Amino acid sequence: MKIAYYPGCTLKSTAKNFEISAIAVAKELGIEFVELSRWNCCGTVYSMTSDDVIHQLAPIRNLIRVKEDGFEKVVILCSMCFNTLKRANLLVQRDREKLGKINDFMYLENIDYAGDVEVLHFLEILRDEVGWDEIRKHVKNPLNGLVFAPYYGCLLVRPPEVAIDNVEMPYVLDRLFESLGAKAIDYPYSTECCGAYNTVSNPDIVLDRTYTMVNLARQQGADAIILSCPLCDFNLETRQKKVMEKYPDFHPLPVLYFTQIMAVAFGLPEDTYGFEYNPINPEGIFKKAGERL
Amino acid sequence: MRIGVFVCHCGLNIAGVIDVKKVAEEAKKIPGVVFSESYIYMCSEPGQKLVENTIKKYKLDGVVVANCSPSLHERTFRNVAARAGLNPYRVEIANIREQVAWPHEDVPEEATKKAIKVVEATVRRVKKNMALIPAKIPVNKKALVIGGGIAGIQAALDIADGGYEVYLVEKTPTIGGKMILLSETFPTLDCPQCIETPKMTDVSQNPRIHLMTYSEIEDVSGYVGNFKVRVRHKASYVDWSKCLGCGDCVKACPIKGIPSEVNRGLSDRKAIYIPFEQAVPLVPVIDAERCTKLLYEKKVAEGRIKKPSKPVKVCEKCQDACEPKAINFEDVDRIEEIEVGAIIVATGFELMPIENLPEYGGGKIPDVIDGLQFERLLCASGPTSGTPRRPSDGKIPETVAFVHCAGSRDPAHGVAYCSRICCMYLAKQAYIYRHFVHNGKAFLFYIDIRSNGKGYEEFVQRAKEEEGIVFIRGKVSKIFQRGDKVVLWGADTLTGERIELEVDLVVLGTAMVPSYGVKELASKLRIPTDIYGWLQEAHLKLRPLETVTAGVFIAGAAQFPKDITDTVSQASGAAGKVLALFSKPELTREPTIAQADIEVCAGCGFCRDVCAYDAITIDPKRKVSVVNEAVCEGCGACSAACPSGAMTLKNLAKTQVFDMVEVATEDYE
Repeated sequence: MKIAYYPGCTLKSTAKNFEISAIAVAKELGIEFVELSRWNCCGTVYSMTSDDVIHQLAPIRNLIRVKEDGFEKVVILCSMCFNTLKRANLLVQRDREKLGKINDFMYLENIDYAGDVEVLHFLEILRDEVGWDEIRKHVKNPLNGLVFAPYYGCLLVRPPEVAIDNVEMPYVLDRLFESLGAKAIDYPYSTECCGAYNTVSNPDIVLDRTYTMVNLARQQGADAIILSCPLCDFNLETRQKKVMEKYPDFHPLPVLYFTQIMAVAFGLPEDTYGFEYNPINPEGIFKKAGERL
Repeated sequence: MRIGVFVCHCGLNIAGVIDVKKVAEEAKKIPGVVFSESYIYMCSEPGQKLVENTIKKYKLDGVVVANCSPSLHERTFRNVAARAGLNPYRVEIANIREQVAWPHEDVPEEATKKAIKVVEATVRRVKKNMALIPAKIPVNKKALVIGGGIAGIQAALDIADGGYEVYLVEKTPTIGGKMILLSETFPTLDCPQCIETPKMTDVSQNPRIHLMTYSEIEDVSGYVGNFKVRVRHKASYVDWSKCLGCGDCVKACPIKGIPSEVNRGLSDRKAIYIPFEQAVPLVPVIDAERCTKLLYEKKVAEGRIKKPSKPVKVCEKCQDACEPKAINFEDVDRIEEIEVGAIIVATGFELMPIENLPEYGGGKIPDVIDGLQFERLLCASGPTSGTPRRPSDGKIPETVAFVHCAGSRDPAHGVAYCSRICCMYLAKQAYIYRHFVHNGKAFLFYIDIRSNGKGYEEFVQRAKEEEGIVFIRGKVSKIFQRGDKVVLWGADTLTGERIELEVDLVVLGTAMVPSYGVKELASKLRIPTDIYGWLQEAHLKLRPLETVTAGVFIAGAAQFPKDITDTVSQASGAAGKVLALFSKPELTREPTIAQADIEVCAGCGFCRDVCAYDAITIDPKRKVSVVNEAVCEGCGACSAACPSGAMTLKNLAKTQVFDMVEVATEDYE
């Protein structure tokens, strides 16, 4: 299966480990990610101002690129890009007047957008098109004994109309862990906000949240937190160094993208794991898995 | 024509907006109007006298009363006409309150103009009104009560007390409903086993009540006074006429571990089971989906197992154990047809499944349970004999949190309404819990306490002041498991603080929702349900026990969440309605119904297809529509659908409608 792939900026910079592992995992499952021949910023944050049409140009332009490249569906890894594109898509599907305005503004584009691209997150493809049984078949190194905290943040499940899963208690990551041989903890913070861009202006808010959220994951028995958003990863993983400075009692906990643990479980070559981009080295937990075996 | 127009002020309701004097003056100019007057309250005694005397004095042959909605006072003024010797159906209402004064209060002059038009249009209608005579139909003086909870039980007993026969149909193996599952009832703390079981026994011993448990309504035809109902008696595989209720069969059955319906999954039952010891009737049924023998027979019948050459004895332990030989593996569903004159629907409620509340760990965390489960844990005849033990490890919880409005008052969960009983039953449960566990702590998270019943507020205060139950005003946002504890996150909106609370057990006051299957039943009965699936009453204020289908009444929580007090009152009220229906030798029906002109009718059947009441049939010989005047509710759908104009509504014929439209649109030509 070939599918259009929209990376977004972080996947090419700080979240290379996400992209490398995802493309490798997809290939193993027989899915070829075809990166869009041209793409721009997703728009970063979905604009909720009702008369703000200009901020919808960036996401819609990306959807035009999908059509240009001859695809009907696009897969996204970064939760924020996914959320922004899917919501912009939904907006123009529901509001034809705004769609007309946007198309008029971008009159130099070859295609008028019609709201007909399907925006999918990779987790949806794994669940709905590949299926857990198929994933299980590819597992060479089961992650038996490993326990993960599933972390969705806000962008995969909110608002409800773009949610990829149950809004209040998503379980797609739980199912993924199970098919890889691992288990999920009951993690009440799984849909809480990571603090988002407060990390720039009010880093203390993020430090306190990360302290609480990582500690609870550890208390509940997690070996790592698993997520799908580079911004959440920055707050929950990269920021742990600062958390340690602020709270001397804090012990770091690995944080990984769901595709990284898949790559390990599938027994793919080590250069597809991208662990070198993880500020907290997660290798130890997989050794632990080996020992428990 | 000699028509009188009577314009009502309705205090300031109408006169505050409309110039009623002007309306009365203008009405005098309408051709055919010989009298026109306004009065402050036309529905009052002097107002009615004015109408009555004027009819006599002016020898009126038509009356238009310009006042409120016809659903309020049409009957009043038709009765006035009858007293004055005028055919009641020569009276029509011009609604100038709900349709003029109220919606146009900011434009009084325009409103007055509109009122004059409404009056004139109604005068034009009355001119072509016929003098109608109500139809009379016979009544079968037997009643059907659907649902054997406390509402159905009370209604059946009351009707039987009135001297009429009642069929009481209940889908589960026993009557008693939800009430019999409860520990104690608020605010008096009576136990239902003491106050409901005697009524259940009365039902089984009353010679006028035909109890049909483990039975469901297959279909309903006919109309008020003359319903034909087919009842499906589900196969119980036990001959109840032979069964002594000893329970030897249950002891013998080897199939265990089936979640008990009565104990809401907190204990197990067997494949053959008696719901509980006080069940009425006290007889077992076999669960065909779980019984080894019946499953085997089914597989053989479906050809999945080859039929053995000689008879093989599969598990028949219950049959072997049964002294009176009551077990019958050959039993099948039976259909019985009964004829009744009135039906009371008392199908009660269910609780929203806790799985619908994933943010509260519903269905995932074993120690998060719903209100009825906790009732069973507190009930002397429950799975723990009344000692509250939590499901996960059987420990007596030292701290319990109660969450109000779990799903209720929450449009995001599809329930915008208040479930009405949760405030009281959660306070009661906390109260009973504290009596069992003296050093136990109980926390209630509430939005606001709704204790608006006799003795209710006093009970809540007692719970707070004497029992030290902690009431926290605020919603719970999340519930999760930490070790063997359950943790709640929430807010105390009085102090403005965020709260984290660790407890042993959480009880969710989950929203009340309509019983499963009530929609299908409602469509069989041709009665509507509201957007949530509750049975729709004919008028919320003035006809709360009736439905739009004549002869079908509703009682209890099938209409909307209500407590036992209200349920029993409503059940007796519905029974009273049935007794009133049965008190007359025959029924009179409104004559303002549809009528087919058989000279014009081509028998196409459009009218039959649009009729919501199944009131129209096509005569197979004459190929024309026949309106059953006992069933027709006079809605007019058939008249609108009729392509040839053969179908008309009496006193609202097409010519009358066109006349009225002509008046209404005059200025806009």
